[in-house]
Amino acid sequence: MHLDHDHHGPAAVSADSHRPDGTRRALRIGLGGPVGSGKTATVAALCRILRDELSLAVVTNDIYTREDAEFLLREAVLPPERITAVETGACPHTAIRDDISANLEAVEDLEDEIGPLDLILVESGGDNLTATFSKGLVDAQIFVIDVAGGDDIPRKGGPGVTTADLLVVNKTDLAPYVGSDLGRMAADAKAQRAELPVVFQSLRTEAGVCEVAGWVRGRLAAWTA
Amino acid sequence: MSRAALLVLADGRFPAGGHAHSGGAEAAVKAGRITGAGSLADFCRGRLHTAGLVSGAVAAAAVLGVDPLELDRATDARTPSPALRVAARKLGRQLMRAGRATWPSAELDALARQFPKGAHQPVVLGLVARAAGLGAEDAAYCAAYESVSGAASAVVRLLSLDPFDATGVLARLAPELDRVADRAVEAARAVVGDGVNALPAASAPLLEIGAEAHAAWAVRLFAS
Ligand SMILES: Nc1nc2c(ncn2[C@@H]2O[C@H](COP(=O)(O)OP(=O)(O)OP(=O)(O)O)[C@@H](O)[C@H]2O)c(=O)[nH]1
Ligand SMILES: [Mg+2]
Repeated sequence: MHLDHDHHGPAAVSADSHRPDGTRRALRIGLGGPVGSGKTATVAALCRILRDELSLAVVTNDIYTREDAEFLLREAVLPPERITAVETGACPHTAIRDDISANLEAVEDLEDEIGPLDLILVESGGDNLTATFSKGLVDAQIFVIDVAGGDDIPRKGGPGVTTADLLVVNKTDLAPYVGSDLGRMAADAKAQRAELPVVFQSLRTEAGVCEVAGWVRGRLAAWTA
Repeated sequence: MSRAALLVLADGRFPAGGHAHSGGAEAAVKAGRITGAGSLADFCRGRLHTAGLVSGAVAAAAVLGVDPLELDRATDARTPSPALRVAARKLGRQLMRAGRATWPSAELDALARQFPKGAHQPVVLGLVARAAGLGAEDAAYCAAYESVSGAASAVVRLLSLDPFDATGVLARLAPELDRVADRAVEAARAVVGDGVNALPAASAPLLEIGAEAHAAWAVRLFAS
């Protein structure tokens, strides 16, 4: 890879773990998953819980609007200069996997303009079960599904469910209303993912995003170790 | 280096950000100017002989060693719409990254240092072609082809146009593409002797106006 640690050197070209001035760049975590599963709500909750202990920023990838970025701005989860929207040309998985240049620019610009960051969350536009992030863009990825999308999604598998570093099954509060069997979802997820972790959460309850935040802290500790 | 590098560079899957742009097609579809394969062909022909010719000449001149800063300024002067200038620089920056990762070269590193937020895409395209060992004609072909291929694939998504029809439009434009590439290279050679004023300045006012309107839409599929 083409490392350039000269202080005035041009920006890095890829996922180099250091910035052009030689300092360590922020940990980048991607959040993907089907439309409406709760990616933005999870990002917002993570920002609220982590913003006092970490320097963080968010990149959103909407399909045809800036709604996710606007939601985060409206909710004031972070100051506006820490939230950037990338336009994806009708194809979110292209921008997070096949042609990541616009997203790389967004994360680098955030670090250049705000100063050193600990963590950047990259939210994908809602997509299908095969949409995963390139390793050239993120260091780890969370796949967010919900109980209302059908309790057979973990059984169906696909790259998101099977390979994501963390699988989040969101909206467990809705399970009784949509007839989803959480035990079955957990067993299917275990079968698909072996030792990879799975979190069941409801952002409508007290515990909310706590377990996912704990996982993020763990990744960050490993990144800076 | 090999001629086949041109296939790598001109491939629509070359990861340099083009997929998020429609080359003005989204605005033209909304305005009712592109409704099917026939009007797509007209639109692409217009782009080819204006934006395509200018981009081709700029890219070819960059391959021939003309100062990128001068070429960038000359391209600015040939791009009245501020929205298009922003889009062209964004694409230039993305291509610079992809080019540096693919064909590492001191010249591209210097360009990245000179234009940290991106130079006009055709300027970068020329220098990337050079780094790949390609010639002025290759760069002109690549720029001219890109000026129509992006619009055609965007219209497949925007109108659910039959992809065979869209590809047929590009195939039938091929002889004209040859001529535009020739003229672009000829202009680029003139630039080497006479300076950047020898670059063509063909422009399509509706593309510029459409780009300004498009940039202000709240809901759109493509960035430009
Ligand atoms: N009941 C319930 N609703 C939730 C939960 N998490 C999110 N929601 C709601 O689900 C809807 C969609 O949430 P978003 O966070 O926008 O989903 P998203 O995955 O970002 O959606 P896209 O970006 O459009 O793909 C919103 O109305 C949220 O308030 C949850 O745990 N329980
Ligand atoms: Mg969202």
